[in-house]
Amino acid sequence: MTTMNTTETTTATTTPDPATTAPVPPAGGGRRGRVRGRGERGPLASVALHAGLLTAALAAVFPPFWLLVTSFKPKTETFTTSLVQNFTLENYTHVLGETYFLTWFWNSVVVVVMTTLLGVFISATTGYAVSRFRFPGMRPLMWTLLITQMFPMAILIVPLYNLMAQLGLLNQPVGLIITYLTIAVPFCAWMMKGFFDTIPVSIDESGRVDGLNPFGTFWRLILPLAKPGLAVTGFYSFVTAWAEVAYASAFMTGEENLTLAGGLQTFVNQYVGDWGSMTAAAVIIAVPAAIVFGIAQRHLVAGLTSGAVKS
Amino acid sequence: MAVETGQSVAPAAGGDARGRGRGTGEKSKEAPGPLRRALATHWYAWAMVAPVVIVIGVIIGYPLVRGIWLSLTDADEANVARTIGVNEIEATYEFTGLENYTAILTDSVFWDRLGWTVLWTVGCVSVTFLLGLVLATMLNRKLRGRAVYRIAIILPWGIPAFVSVFAWQMLFNEKNGILNRILEGGGIDAVPWLGDPTWAKISVIAVNVWLGVPFMLVALLGALQAIPSELLEAAEVDGANAWQRFRNVTLPGIRSVSSTVVLLSTIWTFNMFPVIYLLTRGGPGDSTEILVTYAYRLSFLNSPRDFATSAAWGVLILLLLMLFAVFYRRSLRKQGEVW
Repeated sequence: MTTMNTTETTTATTTPDPATTAPVPPAGGGRRGRVRGRGERGPLASVALHAGLLTAALAAVFPPFWLLVTSFKPKTETFTTSLVQNFTLENYTHVLGETYFLTWFWNSVVVVVMTTLLGVFISATTGYAVSRFRFPGMRPLMWTLLITQMFPMAILIVPLYNLMAQLGLLNQPVGLIITYLTIAVPFCAWMMKGFFDTIPVSIDESGRVDGLNPFGTFWRLILPLAKPGLAVTGFYSFVTAWAEVAYASAFMTGEENLTLAGGLQTFVNQYVGDWGSMTAAAVIIAVPAAIVFGIAQRHLVAGLTSGAVKS
Repeated sequence: MAVETGQSVAPAAGGDARGRGRGTGEKSKEAPGPLRRALATHWYAWAMVAPVVIVIGVIIGYPLVRGIWLSLTDADEANVARTIGVNEIEATYEFTGLENYTAILTDSVFWDRLGWTVLWTVGCVSVTFLLGLVLATMLNRKLRGRAVYRIAIILPWGIPAFVSVFAWQMLFNEKNGILNRILEGGGIDAVPWLGDPTWAKISVIAVNVWLGVPFMLVALLGALQAIPSELLEAAEVDGANAWQRFRNVTLPGIRSVSSTVVLLSTIWTFNMFPVIYLLTRGGPGDSTEILVTYAYRLSFLNSPRDFATSAAWGVLILLLLMLFAVFYRRSLRKQGEVW
């Protein structure tokens, strides 16, 4: 947090306390500002810092921003460089009223919600077992979980496609749900292990002292404590499935069967270029995801790093 | 962590043995043999991992085996088993041994695609990592508006990738896209962002970097903030300058997170399907086609669909990734990582 300091914090400090270290920013900053002396950044460096971050922020925000702006333009002005001149919602009314968009949205929701629920539900116990017990077969299992996460879809897509074709599950949400479980389960189990690792073992022990067996400990004590972890894992598999393109494009054909990833491609492809509808649809897809992401991102980050690093 | 959990097994084992002893008989309570005691302990663990093992076996293991089998046959659209209406058609493809593999490996297409895939992966991961590290270091300082910068820079992470790719496609539009309009305003000729092989390669890498920086930034920022400030202060007291502190305190401090995110990011980039598929469809020609998109093209875009060759590509891709992971892990071990 406070490894470096800029002029703002240095000037804000009046009475540095030598006993205080990092946690209190003004005191820490002031103290180090004085110690550092020659290393102190001048206003020029501060400007450079802000300029760099501003450039990065603009580059990050511009494409989605431009998508939003374009979605409010009439179709004839899609590619004008100016901001909205003739504000219109016609793209949205067209997308919602005259295309299959709502069907696609519903298809996506069904597939993704089912995938998330099943994935998290199945994986939680495994995460716990791998986190708490040493048992024969644990290392191979861990390796399997890790390796299956890096399975390219290229190796599973053909056999899964043939399998679904044989079972008559192409163009069915069920087929896509089963397919997405191949992505969600290894990942969720691995993430849940990371979360359970952060819950002190002493809680398990106290549970056992009170006479609970390992299942009881897991179900009554640990799972409630792991709720944030469950939420984050669920959210992450939600987002992954929401944004999946390859399986969805290959398995779902026919306009009324598509999910959002496939549907968006029908607006703009090598044959048609309905950019207005595409932007409106894209905004409707992105806004809920971005909001949920904004709420969850802090936990997501903590979970991701703890899950990944404490392997 | 490993030590803690290891210790926790002992009380668990005792507890289990006692719990079961009550049900099965007094003998096992008094003197459980090592084997029985182990069984009693692991029974719980095995039961808990069973659902995942079954799921992995059925929906990953079986297709994997089938995929490997398909790669050894001449299966294509015309001869696989399928259901048309009420008619079930039997599979008629035949075992052809390693023919598909020899055909792929002796053809220059595979090596061309592999070369570009490696370039794409190395380019994307290194640029993403460097940008992420630079931005994380910048954001790790006290400055005004830090939270705003952070939110803005990680925004691309919050938007489904396929949506962002369409946004970029709009910006890249050669005739009317805003990037070329801006260049035009500056008197520069329109750039064929997605129309020229070299520019298309640069464009897809740029988009993938744009998508990947937020994850890197966030992971590295977390790692930077976890470095105890005492360490940096101690180094400073010892007279280390800013670069030396960065080199000898900060970098070692973020090593374990870095190695993990680089590994993850390499695998993701290697398998990155949507960016290339949606942005360029592998084009122009097949200049931006990476291994996974090419395998996809073989079985789903080309006509007739060539399932066997596509499966063989899939197997080769998996082998490459596993080789990479093994070497990466070994090199980390040599450097003293316990991972």
